[in-house]
Amino acid sequence: MEEPLVQVKNLKTHYPIKGGLLNRPIGAVKAVNGVSLDIQAGQTFGLVGESGCGKSTFGRSILRLQHVTSGEVQINGKDILSLDRQELVKARADMQIIFQDPYGSLNPRMTIRQIVREPLDTHKIGERADRDAEVMRLLEICGLRRSVADRYPHEFSGGQRQRIGIARALALKPKFIVADEPVSALDVSVQSQVLNLISNLQKEFGISFLFISHDLAVVQHISHEVGVMYFGELVERAPAEELYAAPKHPYTQALLKAIPQPDPGREKEHVSLTGDIPSHNDPPKGCPFQPRCPVAKPECAESKPPLKPVDVEETSSKHQVACWLY
Amino acid sequence: MLCKTRSTPRKLAPESIMSESTSKPVLSIQDLVVEFKTEAGLIRALDGVSFEVQEGEALGIVGESGCGKSVTALSILKLIPSPPGRIAGGSIELDGVDVVSQPDAEMRKVRGSLASMIFQEPMTALNPVFTIGNQMVEIIRVHQKVSKAEAKKQAIEMLRTVNIESPEQRIDQYPHELSGGMRQRVMIAMALSCSPKLLIADEPTTALDVTVQAQVMEEISRLQREMNMGLILITHDLGVIAESCTRVVVMYCGKIIEMAETEELFRNPRHPYTRGLLDSIPRIREKKLETLPIIEGMVPDLANLPKGCRFADRCPKAEDHCRENEPPLEDTESGGKVACFIPN
Repeated sequence: MEEPLVQVKNLKTHYPIKGGLLNRPIGAVKAVNGVSLDIQAGQTFGLVGESGCGKSTFGRSILRLQHVTSGEVQINGKDILSLDRQELVKARADMQIIFQDPYGSLNPRMTIRQIVREPLDTHKIGERADRDAEVMRLLEICGLRRSVADRYPHEFSGGQRQRIGIARALALKPKFIVADEPVSALDVSVQSQVLNLISNLQKEFGISFLFISHDLAVVQHISHEVGVMYFGELVERAPAEELYAAPKHPYTQALLKAIPQPDPGREKEHVSLTGDIPSHNDPPKGCPFQPRCPVAKPECAESKPPLKPVDVEETSSKHQVACWLY
Repeated sequence: MLCKTRSTPRKLAPESIMSESTSKPVLSIQDLVVEFKTEAGLIRALDGVSFEVQEGEALGIVGESGCGKSVTALSILKLIPSPPGRIAGGSIELDGVDVVSQPDAEMRKVRGSLASMIFQEPMTALNPVFTIGNQMVEIIRVHQKVSKAEAKKQAIEMLRTVNIESPEQRIDQYPHELSGGMRQRVMIAMALSCSPKLLIADEPTTALDVTVQAQVMEEISRLQREMNMGLILITHDLGVIAESCTRVVVMYCGKIIEMAETEELFRNPRHPYTRGLLDSIPRIREKKLETLPIIEGMVPDLANLPKGCRFADRCPKAEDHCRENEPPLEDTESGGKVACFIPN
């Protein structure tokens, strides 16, 4: 098998909690607490979890948009965490990000042409004179008319802005894009348009994606592999078909059950999960999911289950789960 | 009962249960037109909207951003910011009270006691500098002549009703000390503290995580049944509607384009827009699709509406006369209504 394009090993991003008389660190919010994953070239890894589980912090950390506490990140053969400033700027040409909020992520004082052209100028790609033509090409790829180039972000709807954000991310022909909840702010009919665009771009240019979302249904459509995050850690990862067909972790099962189904005749399943995500000030002992888990056993509160392959007999060896039940 | 004392005694549970067979509307909206003055000119956010909500009925309103679903909700409580907005025509009758002609002072009595509202973002709807107890007591005392201590007792009871654990402690906390799901429960408790006849929930779970969303929706549905309230659930999520509403109104560009019993609407959507909306919901599928079904194009600008049917430009079935004439909302043989010349 080929070397994966993105390899992350035991990544930790902790934020200090300061307090006391001298405002010294008295604890840490372990936003990302030892996550490892890899993404093959041209594939999409879907990262799912509820708010505060650390999924966005993880996405930002591997691009070094965020200070990382420890771990290893290899993207396209480069050790991202050890690069110096200049090298990092160069490496960023290969790795881009699309943000959730299409309103906040475009500079309102720049025209669309300037926004999409900026990365080309920064990285001095091509001849100056050719760059405008490149901008037009990018806009067309993303399903926007050429006439939009001289307009400003506020003139566009959410879906169009997201397309502009995607055009900007594509400008440097990246090998890897982190898409952080790219469709969450959009209406359903527009959501599917943007999702289709992302899968088409992947087919055409072979880009790898880390697709972050809270919505398991959205992730299914777009991902080859899916990871479920809870309280800073991966609790399950598996090839997409397998995760949806045979979810192992009680949290994954609960998440799948909780999705409201557009099927009024269906017998409604009772919500099995109660309570909220635990607080970082007072993290639970043992398995972080144990206080909410419907099938928790006494030993679950004693030690934390590691992420390990589930029974190889019936599932592929790529299916891993962190739960004492398996 | 939830509120032990009230200034204006009202017929309570026993009768309302009996009245199920002869249900009467708690809300009746006729030809409602709401206009806003904007830089782009006068726009009609609502253009002739009519529907009713029966006692104890859960009605879902679904549509994409800008379709007028929130404006409908705000109009019912006369909360449209004016200027720039105004109710330009039509009538709203809330349990016999004509809302449109009601002066502001009277409306204050209506809000909370006849109808109340839950908003999408519980953090911005709650006042951050007061404890939740403070805010709940204030509401109760606006509508009932009770002492602070008595109001607080009622508030604690109400928090217990919405399944907040240890309400005696929670009541003295500030909104920032609560999680999102908990805040939304507090909002529900506040909205229900004077047993309204109609609860309007505007995207009540959109800001919440799916596991919490399921809990909150269960809570809303349970209370709605127990208190026999009318419920208007506004959401863009057809999944949420399928699980909690008996009837659905689909809005597009300020108009109702389809209205039907929930099961009928999901099984047999008549309007091409409803069909497109249902098809494009991301859902867990047994087999992954190559491309997701979509609705082409985007919602037209309200300031610059096309002639004829507002959906014609995006409609896969549109014919020439759809672009010339606007289809009226007409009865279907299955008891619903649809505004389309060529319904499915």
